[in-house]
Amino acid sequence: MLTLQVNGRPVQARQGDTVLDACERAGIRIPTLCHLAHLTPTGACRMCVVEIEGQRGLVPSCAFPAADGMRIETHSQRAVEARKVIVELLLSNHPDDCLYCVRNADCDLRELAAELGVRGRRYFGSKLDYRLDTSSPSVTRDPAKCILCGKCVRVCEEVQGVGCIDFNGRGSRTIVGTAFDQGLNVSSCINCGQCIMVCPTGALAEPNSLPQVLAALADPEVFTVVQHAPAVSVTIGEEFGVRYGVDVNDTLTAALRQIGFDRVFETSFAADLTIMEEASELVHRIQNGGALPMMTSCSPGWIKWVEQSHPDFIPNLSTCKSPQAMLGSLVKAWYAERQGVKPEKVFTVSIMPCTAKKFEVGRPELSRDGMADVDAVLTTRELARLIRMRGLDLQKLEPEEADQPFGERSTAGKLFGASGGVMEAAIRTAYFLITGKELEELKVQAVRGLDGVKEVSLEINGMKIGAAVASGLGNARKLLDEVRAGRKDLHFIEVMTCPGGCIAGGGQTLRVPLEAVKARMQALYAIDRDGPVRTSHGNESVQRLYREFLGEPLGELSHHLLHTHYEAREVVR
Amino acid sequence: MPETLALNAAEFPRCCDRCFHSPERPCRDLVACLESGPLCHEDDACAAKLTARREAAMRLTGGNAVVYVGTGTCGLGAGAAKTLRAVRAWLHEHSHEAEIVEVGCIGICSYEPLVDVQLPGRARLSFSRVTEEAVEPLLTSLFNGEVPRELLLGQLRGEGGEPWPDLPYLDEHPFFAPQTRWVLANCGIANPDSIEEYLARGGYRALARALRDRTPEEVVKTVEESGLRGRGGGGFLTGRKWGFALRTPADQRYLVCNADEGDPGAFMDRAVIEGDPHRLLEGMAIAAYAIGATKAYVYIRAEYPLAITRLRRAIAAARAYGLLGDNILDSGFSLEIVLKMGAGAFVCGEETALIHSIEGRRGMPRPRPPFPAARGLFGKPTIINNVETLANVPAILDRGPEWFGSVGTENSKGTKVFALSGTIARTGLVEVAMGTTLRDIVFAIGGGIPGGRAFKAVQIGGPSGGCVPESRLDTQVDYETLKGVGAMMGSGGLVVMDERTCMVDVAKFFMDFIQRESCGKCIPCREGTRHMLEILQAITRSRGREQGKTALERFQGVIHLQRLARVIQDTSLCGLGQTAPNPVLATLRWFQEEYEEHIFERHCRAGVCAELRQLWIDPDKCRGCSICLKRCPTGAIIGSPRQPHTIIADKCIGCGTCVEVCKFDAVLVA
Repeated sequence: MLTLQVNGRPVQARQGDTVLDACERAGIRIPTLCHLAHLTPTGACRMCVVEIEGQRGLVPSCAFPAADGMRIETHSQRAVEARKVIVELLLSNHPDDCLYCVRNADCDLRELAAELGVRGRRYFGSKLDYRLDTSSPSVTRDPAKCILCGKCVRVCEEVQGVGCIDFNGRGSRTIVGTAFDQGLNVSSCINCGQCIMVCPTGALAEPNSLPQVLAALADPEVFTVVQHAPAVSVTIGEEFGVRYGVDVNDTLTAALRQIGFDRVFETSFAADLTIMEEASELVHRIQNGGALPMMTSCSPGWIKWVEQSHPDFIPNLSTCKSPQAMLGSLVKAWYAERQGVKPEKVFTVSIMPCTAKKFEVGRPELSRDGMADVDAVLTTRELARLIRMRGLDLQKLEPEEADQPFGERSTAGKLFGASGGVMEAAIRTAYFLITGKELEELKVQAVRGLDGVKEVSLEINGMKIGAAVASGLGNARKLLDEVRAGRKDLHFIEVMTCPGGCIAGGGQTLRVPLEAVKARMQALYAIDRDGPVRTSHGNESVQRLYREFLGEPLGELSHHLLHTHYEAREVVR
Repeated sequence: MPETLALNAAEFPRCCDRCFHSPERPCRDLVACLESGPLCHEDDACAAKLTARREAAMRLTGGNAVVYVGTGTCGLGAGAAKTLRAVRAWLHEHSHEAEIVEVGCIGICSYEPLVDVQLPGRARLSFSRVTEEAVEPLLTSLFNGEVPRELLLGQLRGEGGEPWPDLPYLDEHPFFAPQTRWVLANCGIANPDSIEEYLARGGYRALARALRDRTPEEVVKTVEESGLRGRGGGGFLTGRKWGFALRTPADQRYLVCNADEGDPGAFMDRAVIEGDPHRLLEGMAIAAYAIGATKAYVYIRAEYPLAITRLRRAIAAARAYGLLGDNILDSGFSLEIVLKMGAGAFVCGEETALIHSIEGRRGMPRPRPPFPAARGLFGKPTIINNVETLANVPAILDRGPEWFGSVGTENSKGTKVFALSGTIARTGLVEVAMGTTLRDIVFAIGGGIPGGRAFKAVQIGGPSGGCVPESRLDTQVDYETLKGVGAMMGSGGLVVMDERTCMVDVAKFFMDFIQRESCGKCIPCREGTRHMLEILQAITRSRGREQGKTALERFQGVIHLQRLARVIQDTSLCGLGQTAPNPVLATLRWFQEEYEEHIFERHCRAGVCAELRQLWIDPDKCRGCSICLKRCPTGAIIGSPRQPHTIIADKCIGCGTCVEVCKFDAVLVA
């Protein structure tokens, strides 16, 4: 243990701590704009500067190693003054449009300005004028609001291993942009939205899909169907003051009904359906010498990444559509008819913890006769805006049950929301499909938790099955490299684009600590622990669907409605 | 991709016929053998051959004349390529068998093109301003036994044969007399493409001895004892820095030579590489040995094609001679030197940005610690020294730290090379002992301001440096003293400015440079320097262009200027940012009244700031020709034909077109 003197008081620090780490643990908050825990500090924003005895200038606490006996002043007049000037400099080159900004309620820059008492413009001069990039269905870039903290660049490169954006240009003309400054839509962006999650300002946001949804809701001719993903119900409460990790599934259903949706379904149902198809596909591949290891296909960022950067693995991707696409497809191709509604009068909305889903629904493979299976995707954040807009208090609504037949789900389907969940659900069902028996212990501890790569090997009927789970594409790359290098023991790989899975997706609530993600994960595990039906094949509605409509998993109708294909993609990079 | 240089055709130098060494069987005494061999056997014939070889390299023998043409970049700019062609043509035409040697710049750039002629058996003569046309008369008279005095700079002491009676020596020339030329010793004298010549002048002796007789620790100690400090700006003790790297355990260490010379008005490194590349290579080899690096990079600007070419040739030759590559001089020490071309970003001169650039990433600095000496290139201990620092090393090892320390001041030892430019009679590259006064450099060496105008300031240290006024001209050049007057040693750019220079404009120029070259990473440097520039621009703006609250904002900017400067210094990430406000602070310190004139009176005494120029027409001189009226871009001139015209001050932008077009000198500038 090291002992520092911070603002005249002793503060304990561990070996390897930065000054910022030590102060934060001691309850001394030093503001930062560019700090990302667990990633290499860049020391770019200079907000976290402190005075350290013996150092000439002010020192960035995020990058400075704590040392025994160090004497630090975190909020001296000089440090606070410097921070204020830095914020003023940023504001001098920032659009004055907070009132209209998507981040007006949760902007780091605005809060710092308030905290430091910035009450007037001190620096005048030109502002740089930039083009808004609205080319991408998932991420809108407004470089005018960018303060060049570089968090998005680091997340994209260091966490996701994509490296779609970087700094272009020099000096005050520096801008975060894509290769050749082309639109995000033609870039190597995988739409994961992790850049939005770290952006301190409104420079990055998802495109607003609320207007289309509101228009559909307002049209009496239109039959509106909404589905919400497994991770949404354990997150949305946070937006309304519920503590982290509380599942508000049924009040959410009530809210969606009050908002005006004609049917409220759960994507978790389709997750169960996915497992039926995907587990069958896995068993089929293993028994018939198909491309192995098979890789999951529910995470659209990962899919685009394989198509553009690792097309040699396209044959390994499961041909199953993602759960939201399966449900969209079923609603328009089957359910609408049963309800006596023309498919073109059905408007399907998915509420997703994800920005890449906005891209996914635009894939031509996920439409029939020019009609998309899903018409609009709302992120968890947009859902919160919609609920607020309708004046609903989520905490006071009476819980309601989702509509049938797509309202029933197993807890396995719900587990999809966390990294490892698809694997766990698939193992349960694959075991059943091969052996005809249920696993004795349904919980597969090895694939739970927030580790980037998790592995498990099982023996089913004397056959050794290797499975791996990766979340965050940087981690996925490691697995792919191993497979490419000749690793043979893996049969099934689950990849979630976002680190931790959908509970930490790019469409989730902004500015939450890691504890929130952990709590959401625990909430999903608790649902699974206590649920009456814990396997996808145990979902009676799914079985009924097969009996009444689809026939067999991997059958003719499944092939048309529930499976898709992938193609190598050219992107600008 | 950094390129690895292929071994060229230069052959391994077997010192004599009985020498049995080869690149595969290197000789630890190669350099000594070439110098005073043969060492491993007694043979008069061999000794005679070696002596002849040295004398041939020094051009002390042979019946032919030698013509040296200075074809450094500065020479080429002055027309040396044409001069060279003319020399060739003349010699060919007159069937002279004279040898032509291309050399680098001797330093007196304003006298380029320089041609030296060494007639058989006579001392070498140096001539200035030998343009294409001047070649024929020069050579004609020389080869007829006449020395044209008007072009003569002087004869070179110790070069060639018998001295000329009555002719001045070059080292007595006022430009050269006050100099102490150590790093530049061979520049402009020796053929940079000849490793034989470098060896004959004692080159690689220090490396050979270091490899044979000294441990890396001893080399580090010697360099530390010499007091050599980094010549790239910071002035950190070179030997101490090496020690950090040497003592950091690692499986690989790197040496990087920083030749990314980016200061406006600085060209020291270029000249050293163009003029004496082997000195740099020898210094690098010694440094690499001292820190235990087997791979070294030269990070050099791609805009220096000639320097790159000469360096490339030198590396190939040194490899062929076994002075680079595997098992150098049978010492077990190996070194590969790789050239890495920089794309011209100023910030890449900063150590960590430079490292990023070599690694193939965007050249942006990162926070320190960890310092590169502990964790640098590819995460390994890395020492980055600039060209001049490394070029000082061979002599320190060769002649000892005491010799090096005998010149200079208490804390700044040795010499410093400066690139002298601006409004000064003799521009060029000078090397002076530390402690020489700026006055001596500007007036004695540089010859003062031409045209009888008054000296105003000398800008020293590049964008991070400062301007020293007349009253502080007796400041000695050493690291600490320069800091005391708000300047810094920097890499050695020295720009002299006369009374026609506006100091606000100078500050504006450097701020513009800095804000354009800021890497954009940290906020104070990126945004702050732009605002400082905009504040300066507002100061030099005319009232006519101000609308609304801009006049008020102009004053507000001035009020915040110093505070902004302080925060930029205090919080910027790298050295460039931390020194970015210096151009303003240094000019404010010595030329505050000029700022005040601009701010309060909107007056630029040097008449440089166009918008502040006040023009008026002398009615007694004006004939009413209306030319100025027609040419004025803003329609600020009124008047009837053949009647005196008038300038409307509010409309005038001070562009000076009327001054230029008036045939009667009737437009006056105030």
